[in-house]
Amino acid sequence: MMGINPMIFKIVGIVFFIVLAPFIGGFLEGLDRKISARMQGRVGPPIRQPFYDVRKLLSKEKIFVNKAQGFLLASYLVLMVFSGAMLFGGYDILLCVFVLSTAAAFLYFAASVTSSPYSSIGATRELIQMMAYEPAVLLTCVGFYLVRGSFNVQTIVQGPIATILYLPGFFVAFVFIMTIKMRKSPFDISTSHHMHQEIVKGITTDMGARNMAIFQITEWYENVFLLGIVAMFFLNKNPWSLLAAIIAILVVYFIEIVIDNTNARITADHMLKLTWIVTGVTAGLNLVVLMLIRLF
Amino acid sequence: MQVVPFLICFPMVIALLMFIIRADKVRNVIAYLGAVITMALVGLLVVQWIQGGCAAMDLYVETEIVDHIILVGDLIVMVVILIYCIKYRRFLISLLSIVPTIIVAYVELAGPKMTPMAHIHVDHLSILMCLIVAVVGGLIIIYSMGYMKGYHEHHKDVQDRRHYFFMVEFLFTGAMMGFVMTDSLFWLILFWEITSLSSFLLISYTRTEEAMTNAFRALWMNLVGGVALSIGVVLMAMATAYPSLQGLIWMGQMDGGQSVITLTIAFMAFASLTKSAQMPFSTWLMGAMVAPTPSSALLHSATMVKAGIYILFRLAPAMSGTATGHMIAIIGGFTFFTASVMAISQTDAKKVLALSTISNLGLMVACAGVGQPEAIWAGIFLMIFHAVSKSLLFLDVGATENSTHSRDIESFHGLLYRAPKLAIYMFIGIVGMFLAPFGMLISKWAALRAVIDGNNLLLIIFIVFGSATTAFYWTKWLGKLISQPYRDADVSKKINDVTKGDENISIGIHAVLMVALCVLFPVLSIFFVDPLLVEQFGQATQALPTGLLYILIFTVCLVFLVPFIARSAGKNTDKSMKMSYMNGINTGANTEFVDALGNPKQLELANSYFVNAAGLKRWMAPCQMIALVVLIIMMSIVLGGVV
Repeated sequence: MMGINPMIFKIVGIVFFIVLAPFIGGFLEGLDRKISARMQGRVGPPIRQPFYDVRKLLSKEKIFVNKAQGFLLASYLVLMVFSGAMLFGGYDILLCVFVLSTAAAFLYFAASVTSSPYSSIGATRELIQMMAYEPAVLLTCVGFYLVRGSFNVQTIVQGPIATILYLPGFFVAFVFIMTIKMRKSPFDISTSHHMHQEIVKGITTDMGARNMAIFQITEWYENVFLLGIVAMFFLNKNPWSLLAAIIAILVVYFIEIVIDNTNARITADHMLKLTWIVTGVTAGLNLVVLMLIRLF
Repeated sequence: MQVVPFLICFPMVIALLMFIIRADKVRNVIAYLGAVITMALVGLLVVQWIQGGCAAMDLYVETEIVDHIILVGDLIVMVVILIYCIKYRRFLISLLSIVPTIIVAYVELAGPKMTPMAHIHVDHLSILMCLIVAVVGGLIIIYSMGYMKGYHEHHKDVQDRRHYFFMVEFLFTGAMMGFVMTDSLFWLILFWEITSLSSFLLISYTRTEEAMTNAFRALWMNLVGGVALSIGVVLMAMATAYPSLQGLIWMGQMDGGQSVITLTIAFMAFASLTKSAQMPFSTWLMGAMVAPTPSSALLHSATMVKAGIYILFRLAPAMSGTATGHMIAIIGGFTFFTASVMAISQTDAKKVLALSTISNLGLMVACAGVGQPEAIWAGIFLMIFHAVSKSLLFLDVGATENSTHSRDIESFHGLLYRAPKLAIYMFIGIVGMFLAPFGMLISKWAALRAVIDGNNLLLIIFIVFGSATTAFYWTKWLGKLISQPYRDADVSKKINDVTKGDENISIGIHAVLMVALCVLFPVLSIFFVDPLLVEQFGQATQALPTGLLYILIFTVCLVFLVPFIARSAGKNTDKSMKMSYMNGINTGANTEFVDALGNPKQLELANSYFVNAAGLKRWMAPCQMIALVVLIIMMSIVLGGVV
């Protein structure tokens, strides 16, 4: 992997993300639905079903509850692509995360601008989710910095050995909050999986046709972004680490599916408490150990 | 350089005029001119300073007469405080003023002969502070002319003492100018005490019982800081006969943490905590909310609280890596986190602003405590952004309150469609403070890096969790502003925006400044903040590659677009518009649904405030206790290292 012009690396990474991420994200979702269905004793839809869904959403008549939603969701998409491109381009991971939180704020705006009941409840819950997962995400960046001495993604993935060996606690915290970010049970707080529940579809309730499609595509980008961070725990200068990273990603995704299918939704407050405790204990302890190693 | 003394004295003269002239129109004209001329004077100072090659200037070595005037000033401040304390029977508080003043006077008159030194020191940091005080402070004064008129139209029960109000504002401006340019620690004490006194006078403006209680709380807390400052200065003067701020920093850097210099730095840092309303001294700033809005803005954003930060930034090179530095960093980080948690629970806009101020100041204090050039870089930017955005927000919330008769954030629902101008300004203020990559985010980025390098574990935890809570309370406020109005009354009625001309000018300039700061941020970094760091530390660090900065400017521009697009989209209705989903029991409007009895029922939407979990009652007192204990322990460690 060495010896190639780093700029080419960056460009390949960025193009890879922008072009392929939605396909990977969609494919993984298809897989997710299939596996979930099998766990529940159903046959399940074909793997390509998510793409059919989005194509259908895009072809439908455009309807709105609020016209501003289109702009806000488009910004959500653009910023998400943007932060992902920065990550896969090997730039500063902390900045990627900041742009990511700005993107998330746009999703909140898109839902709350309508002032419709279910959408607003979903939006508020989305905000609580953001508050719950942000410490773990930032701490993950801190962990990388402690091991590699830089926030630069390119530097982080080219270290001598995989960072997970130093950061097991951070990894657990990150996988834990991925359940929130991927909107899986028990943390499908802001958009419930099943619309015959108390908040209907929460934050997405009033997104129609094209807006829903944008939301869906952004989710795919986001999932690939998150899995990219998972990969960062495994990548090092050994080319085979790429294989390890891919296996890790698949395992993590599978774990998320299992969690999703074996847990019922909990309340937002409970989630906040639980997430902060898990973050504090796992990442916090790991942080203490790393600091001690650095000091002595 | 005659402009320096003029800059300090001119606002004081205007203050006197304000008190004498009782005709509204004449006074307003003079106040207007006073504010504008102060800005012009700072402009002149900046020009002269640039002509001198932006080099630090040390002036006025021979100042015997002025020294005496300063001493008389000390005594006058003491007497004024004494009178108020006797009038309102707060005798203990008067001791906090009498004792240090007498000690300082004694040392000055009977103490060792001081080594000749420059009494005025103008460098990048002073220039920056002068600009903030003159521009933001001046705009607040301009705003308050319109605001106070409206205030007295609404509050007939409060005696109209605007002459007094404007007097204090100008007095305060002059004192701040002196504070940031003086190099003599004895002079510093006077300016410090004047700012403490002015905050007392501004908070007590309405003279209600609540106002007096809060004003005295602010007074004693600030005076405790004054006592610490005086002790530190006296110690240094006795030991070295060279009471110079620059000398202190210089000697502090040489010093191994074993001498009186260390003590002086610790006491001054402690004093700064009181002025910057850090835990356990945060309650005075919460209490200051009872005062009319311009004084809240003046105390919170532009100046008063920045005085403490200014001292800490000055001392940063000398504090870096010392026990004092750790103390400051921990207290700052702790305050950043806890105040942001409490801000979640508040629905009163002014309270949220107060708590977020305390919280942001905590982050700046933490940056100063870390003391690395990167951290100070972050801290300086936080200070600039905070000054403009908080001032903008306070003034805008004040104007909104005058128009809507409420400052409950829940009542701001759909403000964008009802009072567009006020809502857009508010949006810009909030975004400028936290969402814009260059406000909190970049600063946080630099702060985190510096903190990690400093192995400061607790501080990392505070910053990481504090930034999550900060995002929560700001974002939910932003969401409120742009949400469609849904109550019948709100949908049909546009707010009668009674904001006066002066207020509009002031708020408008603030908003333009805010946007300009966000966009021109990299330029400011290269041409001003980097040289500032070189001056302080002998080196600067390019925090971020310029390319990335420009990419991020795009992000902030996108966010600034939100209110405009939302507003124009709100007007646009055609056949593609559909009802929002209400289980099929819509009544035909998005504002109502059909209830179980078949009657239309009004929709109610509210944000989440975690009133119990994050409430002031639950957090404030325990946090103060913890901070106090930490402070006592850390101060003991510092003292123990010397004695």
